[in-house]
Amino acid sequence: MVTNGGSALIKALELEGVEVMFGLPGGAILPVYDPIIDSPIRHILVRHEQGAGHMAEGFAHATGRPGVAMVTSGPAATNIVTPLCDAYMDSVPMVVITGQVPTPAIGTDAFQECDTVGITRSVTKHNELVTRAEDIPLVIRQAFHIATTGRPGPVLVDIPKDIVDPANPRSALDWYWPTDAEVASSLPGYKPTTKGHAKKIRDAAELILSARRPIIYAGGGILKARAAEALRELAELTDISVVTTLMARGAFPDDHPLCLGMPGMHGNYTAVTAMQEADLLIALGSRFDDRVTGKVDAFAPEAKVIHVDIDPAELGKVRRPDVPIVGDCRLVIEELVTALRDLSGGDIAAAQPDRSTWRSTISGWQERYPLVYEQSAGDDLLKPQFVLEQLWERAPEDCIVASGVGQHQMWTSQYWRFNHPYTWVNSGGLGTMGFSVPAAIGAKVGRPDRMVWAVDGDGCFQMTAQELVTAATERIPVKVAILNNAYLGMVRQWQEMFYDERYSEVYLSPDLPDYVKWSEAMGCVALRVESPEEVGPAIDKANEIDDRPVVLEFRTDSNEKVFPMVPAGRSNSDIVVDPSQPQPGGAQ
Amino acid sequence: MNLPPPPGPAPKHHVLSVLVENRAGVLARVASLFARRGYNIFSLAVAPTQDERFSRLTVVVDVESAPLEQVVKQLNKLINVIKISELDPRDSVERELVLLTVRANAEQRQQVLSLVELFEGHVLDVSVDELTVTAEEHPSRLDDFEELLRPFGIVDIQRTGRVALPKLEPGGVGSNRH
Ligand SMILES: Cc1ncc(C[n+]2csc(CCOP(=O)(O)OP(=O)(O)O)c2C)c(N)n1
Ligand SMILES: [Mg+2]
Repeated sequence: MVTNGGSALIKALELEGVEVMFGLPGGAILPVYDPIIDSPIRHILVRHEQGAGHMAEGFAHATGRPGVAMVTSGPAATNIVTPLCDAYMDSVPMVVITGQVPTPAIGTDAFQECDTVGITRSVTKHNELVTRAEDIPLVIRQAFHIATTGRPGPVLVDIPKDIVDPANPRSALDWYWPTDAEVASSLPGYKPTTKGHAKKIRDAAELILSARRPIIYAGGGILKARAAEALRELAELTDISVVTTLMARGAFPDDHPLCLGMPGMHGNYTAVTAMQEADLLIALGSRFDDRVTGKVDAFAPEAKVIHVDIDPAELGKVRRPDVPIVGDCRLVIEELVTALRDLSGGDIAAAQPDRSTWRSTISGWQERYPLVYEQSAGDDLLKPQFVLEQLWERAPEDCIVASGVGQHQMWTSQYWRFNHPYTWVNSGGLGTMGFSVPAAIGAKVGRPDRMVWAVDGDGCFQMTAQELVTAATERIPVKVAILNNAYLGMVRQWQEMFYDERYSEVYLSPDLPDYVKWSEAMGCVALRVESPEEVGPAIDKANEIDDRPVVLEFRTDSNEKVFPMVPAGRSNSDIVVDPSQPQPGGAQ
Repeated sequence: MNLPPPPGPAPKHHVLSVLVENRAGVLARVASLFARRGYNIFSLAVAPTQDERFSRLTVVVDVESAPLEQVVKQLNKLINVIKISELDPRDSVERELVLLTVRANAEQRQQVLSLVELFEGHVLDVSVDELTVTAEEHPSRLDDFEELLRPFGIVDIQRTGRVALPKLEPGGVGSNRH
């Protein structure tokens, strides 16, 4: 069958199972937008291409399926660089299609030309400039294969206009759909290892069976590998406590007695200290990020390390593991459980040393250093932590929550109780302000059956709020809670603590913009909440609305700081807890 | 020629043999992983292999071993990279070619020619006061060649960069190939 590149591209997306894509058209991509009219794929028209990228990410976070975005050349391609980098840092499967000027015009500084593959090379898992129409089906298949296998990540496909424009003879091709085998053989350099090395798995099992103070350090890879159940089995069988990193919130239930919560710069005292004092860290799909380790040389000094990751480049990148295992987290954990059963003759609990002291040390920390805040009644400003507790309490169990980047993000991670995988949508590695509104929209599109909240900062909200117009138009009923502290709060916190309270360029004003009027103008229901008594009723009201987006603006206390905190560059042993608690040794 | 065996490259130099897909943009991907970290590529040679679908790159970089290990792992992540091996100079054969234009008037010409002969080189071009010569040798020998010609006045020089392959095991086929 003879077809043209534009139709072939859309057909290829359909065959890859794409049901929805996010984008915005323009000159170079026009011929691909024409066949969309006749396609069953739902296209969501964004208001800014960054929005399309973050929506695709939110969709992927919530569903595990690759998010798809399509934009035109030049400024549209550069607008989507931030989401590409964000997805690259957080291993989010995503396929981005960009228009490009016609092949003969490439390199001539043509109108809206930019070197898209050059610009995005270091922020994509792979990218490809397609130069012949007949390559389109294969390149699209490769893109989805690469984005979703191994360590997932974003793939960009750059499509010159001439090979998709039916008016141009260069766009003609004989339709074909490459087989899986053809896709594999077309990528001779791409063979992710998924099965763990048997000998190494045995070594890991032996270390686990002899450890006195083990901790499971679970990262985002658990979610990518769909290994939450396997993780739970491993933890319960071995009775080992689990910390869940910012990227792994929900990978192990917060309400589980073995869950210690989030470690890292703003992790809770017990999670941070348990890692620090451990004699064995079982790192599963985590990457020893500097926000988790603090000063690397002083991190978990007595711990041996088992490190499981599908990306060989992660093993030894920061901390040299005693047992490195390359493989898919789910498969490796399952193999590890089998090895533990074999080695222990079936009774894993009996084969391990007595860990009661370690357990009571941990629960001692939990009792001494819970997360704390104090909400006074009356007219006092709202405490952000109180707002978050109320949001969580009033939301259904399986509610999905997205956040921006800043103090509100840390409080969300601390105070939301994540009991289900894929309920947390977050920008961890890149820390992209403006992520939450579009990411929440993408998540809601992927999971229309779920309630989706975005917890945003006033600073972040101003970066991508325009996508609420997209949500209102497309009837995507997301809910946004703005924690309006009138500041770039996280930066303010650093200036308060480390720059002698010299506040430089962090004040935003609580009233400008008027968030309620602005949200209403974008087609949302909007409410301002100023006193503690109003919080619950306002949230309940928002939760009842299901036909349009809702924005709640909470006026929060700008003096509130995120604790605990490990100051940047310091050892995790120097953790600073809330000023109302006794400071542990080492801190000032 | 009967000279002592060539010394290896300077210790900070590492020789990587990288098998890649022979297609547009691959060299840029490889190079940018070095550039991003501020590592200088000392020399680079690229050409297709016996199988036209693939090219072999021989890259010489100035890096300490630990960061190099990370770069190699990152290179391996590139979809278009098939295989990478670091070649230890003791276990590999290495060659490089030079084109060199040197000043040589009638009196000096004989001296230059005898050096060219010593290095089993050839004269490619000649004028009243200059010679363009070539030699193909172990890279460290070419360093010597260059040094010996320098006093005459080197006008222009182009070296190809090192190319290298693993040494064969005397005992059998492919046994030393990683
Ligand atoms: C795009 C971008 N620019 C700058 C930063 C640096 N930054 C990190 S947190 C933050 C403040 C965020 O302010 P807001 O959204 O009001 O959140 P808050 O910390 O007040 O809760 C800034 C500026 C960033 N992470 N991303
Ligand atoms: Mg703020």
